[in-house]
Amino acid sequence: MSALHIVNKSPFERNSLASCLRLAAKGSAVLLFEDGVIGAMKNTKHSDAVANAMSDVSFYVLGPDIKARGLNDGNVIDGIKVIDYDGFVDLTTEHKSVQSWL
Amino acid sequence: MPLEVNGQSYETDEEGYLADLNQWQPDLAEAMATADGAELSENHWEVINFLREYYEEYQIAPAVRVLTKAIGKKLGKDKGNSKYLYELFPYGPAKQACKYAGLPKPTGCV
Amino acid sequence: MEEEGIVKKFCYMNRKAPYGTIYALESLEVVLIAAAFDQDISLVFADDGVYQLTKNQDTDGIGMKNFSKTYSALGDYDIKKIYVEKESLEERGLTTDDLQALKYEDEDDDWAEKDSLFVVGRDELSKIINEQDVVLSF
Repeated sequence: MSALHIVNKSPFERNSLASCLRLAAKGSAVLLFEDGVIGAMKNTKHSDAVANAMSDVSFYVLGPDIKARGLNDGNVIDGIKVIDYDGFVDLTTEHKSVQSWL
Repeated sequence: MPLEVNGQSYETDEEGYLADLNQWQPDLAEAMATADGAELSENHWEVINFLREYYEEYQIAPAVRVLTKAIGKKLGKDKGNSKYLYELFPYGPAKQACKYAGLPKPTGCV
Repeated sequence: MEEEGIVKKFCYMNRKAPYGTIYALESLEVVLIAAAFDQDISLVFADDGVYQLTKNQDTDGIGMKNFSKTYSALGDYDIKKIYVEKESLEERGLTTDDLQALKYEDEDDDWAEKDSLFVVGRDELSKIINEQDVVLSF
């Protein structure tokens, strides 16, 4: 079983996402939520870094946090799965550990 | 202290503002006014309804200055002045009318 | 006659996305209170602060109050200078169309609606901030 990494900070605000992508083992999962959902959006300065990491880790993003910020599910980077709170719970049970990148 | 109206109990804060604005109904405004020794006229209701619409649109209770200006624009200059509004709501138009309208106390109002 | 108070230029600098932290809401509340003191107020939205002004925010799913509707009331509070940094929008793949159209009604011009939101470049914004007497950061 692999680890679940959760990131709740904007990549513009902190280097949490960059550190997470640098250190997350191949095959693990990354969930972006709260201000972290900004990292899941297309056409930002950080989109390429996320798209490039997609070959090593699987990405998820919490839909309600996207909507709250006036962002659009349709602008999520291709290959990132949009999930809800139930999906969040499922992810935590499916992985051996949860690591939070503050 | 909870407010008892028509056999139902409504939670309020220590100053009598309704805890959950979704529970509001006109009878609550009447009950709050009665407790203050006031009776609500058509003119009071104009202001109360205006406040509820303002909150619905902007998610805030307006400051007195903003309320006065907006009432003047909507209901005419003879109503858009503090003398008129204070006569209707002697405890302060924003404070008292907001309470009757089930809104939180206006931001910045102490 | 009442003595005219000193009017200073106050700038509220907003650099955080809404909801993830309390900064955006706190700033908005301070601005609404400060508006009562008849000072020369400007609001600046830069970096992730630009996300505060996006259209169509829907907070039902996160159980928080959608305070983005309150920005439209700023005109009623005589706040007519809201600056958004153009480069911050671009870095985020956002355009002016993604933002709310903020207006105020000009009382002296038969309540004509006028724009209060201005997208400005880095150099112009730097100048605007440099002209301020007080800059408050959120």
